[in-house]
Amino acid sequence: MVGDAISHSVLPGIVIAYLFSSQFDSIFIMIGAGIFGVFTTVIIDFFHKKLKLQEDASIGITFTWLFAVGVILIALFTGSATDLDQECVLFGELGTSFLDKIIIGGRLYGTRSMLMILPVFLVIVLFVFSGFKGLQLLAFHEEYALSKGINTRIWQLGFMSLVSITTVMSFESVGAILVVGLLVLPPATAYLLVGKLTKMLWFSCVIATFDCLLGYLFSIYFDVSVSSMIIVFAGIIFVLVFLGLKAQKKWKNNFSEQSVFE
Amino acid sequence: MMDQLTYFFTDPIARKVILGVSIIGAVSGVVGTFSFLRKKTLIADAVSHSVFPGICLGFLFAGTKDPVTLMVGAIFTGWFSVWSIDYIVRTSKLSEDTAIALVSTFFFAIGSVLLSIISKSQNSEQTGLKSFLFGKAATLSTTDVQVFFVVSVLIVAIVILFFKPIQLVCFNADFADSIGIKINRIEFLLSVLTVTTIAIGIQALGVVLMSALLIAPAASARYWTNKLVGMLVISALFGFLSGIIGVIFSTVKDDMPTGPWIVFVLFLFTMITLLFAPKKGWFSLQRQSKKNNRKIEQENILKTFYQFSEEGFERITVGRFLEKRRMDSHVLERNMNRMIHQGCLKRQDQNYELTEKGKGEAARIVRSHRLWELYLTKRMNFKEDHIHGTAETIEHLITPEIEKELLKELNFPVSDPHNKDIPY
Repeated sequence: MVGDAISHSVLPGIVIAYLFSSQFDSIFIMIGAGIFGVFTTVIIDFFHKKLKLQEDASIGITFTWLFAVGVILIALFTGSATDLDQECVLFGELGTSFLDKIIIGGRLYGTRSMLMILPVFLVIVLFVFSGFKGLQLLAFHEEYALSKGINTRIWQLGFMSLVSITTVMSFESVGAILVVGLLVLPPATAYLLVGKLTKMLWFSCVIATFDCLLGYLFSIYFDVSVSSMIIVFAGIIFVLVFLGLKAQKKWKNNFSEQSVFE
Repeated sequence: MMDQLTYFFTDPIARKVILGVSIIGAVSGVVGTFSFLRKKTLIADAVSHSVFPGICLGFLFAGTKDPVTLMVGAIFTGWFSVWSIDYIVRTSKLSEDTAIALVSTFFFAIGSVLLSIISKSQNSEQTGLKSFLFGKAATLSTTDVQVFFVVSVLIVAIVILFFKPIQLVCFNADFADSIGIKINRIEFLLSVLTVTTIAIGIQALGVVLMSALLIAPAASARYWTNKLVGMLVISALFGFLSGIIGVIFSTVKDDMPTGPWIVFVLFLFTMITLLFAPKKGWFSLQRQSKKNNRKIEQENILKTFYQFSEEGFERITVGRFLEKRRMDSHVLERNMNRMIHQGCLKRQDQNYELTEKGKGEAARIVRSHRLWELYLTKRMNFKEDHIHGTAETIEHLITPEIEKELLKELNFPVSDPHNKDIPY
C-alpha cells in the first residue's frame, strides 16, 4: 500500500524538478521524485508513530495531500510548462512516446523513453540479484532480519527508492494511477499461482510482459488509451486465474467428497 | 478582498458552487467518521477510484450528464468494488492492501478505457466528464446541487435512525454480535453510505482526491473529542469549512480544479490539529512526557535521599549524591531547585536536606517500591534478584488506591524481600 501511496506522492517532486529543468528526461526528475518518495515514507511514519494517527489514515492523508500539491503546481504553471498537463499525469502518453526517436549519425537507436528505461531496468535487475537475500528477509520476516543484525532501514530505503524510480520511469508512459496496477496485478496473479519467491518473480515478469503486449495490441485495434488497456488486461488475467483456481479447487473438493462416499 | 468574499455569497453561480461543495464536505465528514473508526479508510480510496467506470457507464447509458443516472452507475461499480475486495480477502491468500490496490486500479483502468471510447463519440455533452478526474465544482448544475441535498439529508437521516447499532458495530463488533445486532447488515449499510457519499462527491473532488475528504476530517476530529457525536459534528464542520475555503482558493486562477485545493485546506486543518490539539496533539504530548520525566527524576532524587537517611546521613552535598546515584548534574541541580521551591527540600550552604514534606513523599515512594517487590516474591513467585528492575518502574505509577490494596493483600508487612524496613 505504501507503494501505491508513493506512486501518487512523487508527483510534486516531478513537477518541481520539471519546472527547474524544463525537460523530461533529466536526472533532476529522478532526483526530485526520489526525494519525494522517501519524504512520503518519512511523513507516513511520523504521523503513525509520533503523532499516533492510525496507519491507514496516515497513508491516506499523506498521499492525497502530496498528489493535490502536485496537481495544484501543474495547474498554476500550465502556461509555462505546456508538456505537463493533468491528464497526462493520470494516463501517461504511451501512444505518442514512439515519436520521440533518438537518431545519432543517421542511425536509429531507439525511442527516448526506451533508452531511459533500459538503464533503470538494469539497475533494478542488478539490485534484485545482488541483494536477493536481504530483500527476501525484508519481505518475509523483518524482525528476524533485524535480530540477525541486518540493517533493515537501509534495505527498506533502497527498496523504496527503487519503487520511486520505477514509478517515475513509468509515469510518462502509463501515468500515476495505472503504474500501481502494473506494480500490483502481475505479482498478485503470480502469487496465486506459485508459492516460491524466485518462481513468483519469474511468473510475475512473464505475466506483466504478456499483459503489456496484449493490452497494447488490443488498444491499437480498438483505438483506446494504451495504458488503461494494459491494466484492463492485467486485471482480466488476474480475474481468470483467480476464478480458474477457485473452479479447480471446487472440482477437486467434489471429487474427493465423492471418493469418501463411495 | 472584501469584494471578493461578498461575491462568493451574492453571485448566484458562486453561491451554488459553495453550497454544493459544503454539503458534500459535511456529509463526507459524517460518513468518513465511521470508515475511520472501523479502520477502513483505504477502502474508501479504492471506492473513489472504482466509481469512475460507473460514471462512464451511466453516461453511455443515458447519453447525457443526468446526475441521477451517473450516480446510480457510480454506486453500482463502487459497491461492486467493495464486494470484490471483501471476496478476494475472504477467499484467497492475498492481503487486504493488495486486494485494495488491484481492485482500484483495475476498475479505474476500465473507467479510462470507457472514457477514451466516449471522447471519440460525437456526443457534445461529454466535455464535462473529464472534470470527474480532478473535480471541478464550477461545473455543478442546479440539479446537481438539489440531488446532493436530497441524498445528504437521506444519509444523515439513516445515520440518526441507525445510530445505536452503527455505534456498537464501530466500537465493539463482538459485543454488537452478542446482543443480536446483524453486523453484516450494518456493515452493508455503512458501505452503501460510503459509496453513495463518494458518488456525489466525485464531481467536486475528483477520483483521486475524494478519499481525502472522507479520511482527513474524521482523523482530525478524533483528536478533539472522545465522544462519537462530538466527533461527527466536528468532522462535518471540518469538511464543510474546507469545502468552502477550498473553492475560494481555487478561484485564484481560471480553469483550476477544485479538488486539490480542498485537499490542501484539509491538510492544513489536519496538521494544525495533529500539532496543537489539546491532550492528543504533538505539543501537548511533548509537554506531558516532559512533565512525567520530571516527576520520575524528582521521585528518584527523593528515594536516594531516603536511602542516605537509612544509612544515617541527613545532609548531603551534590557530589555525594552523585556518587550514590548517577545522574546528569545539571538535571539534578535543576530538579533540586524545583523541589526547594515546592518545599520538599531545604538547602544550607552546600548541603541539602529533606523537609518534613519531602520525607513523607520519599517514604511513600520507597514504600511503593518495597511493597511491589514483596508482592512479586510472595504472590507471583519471582526470584529475589529479578524484582528490582520492575519495581524501579512501577514505583512511579502506584496510586494511593493500589498501595492500599497491596497493603491489605500482604497484610501490612514489616520488611521487604531484601530485609529492609517498609516505611509507613
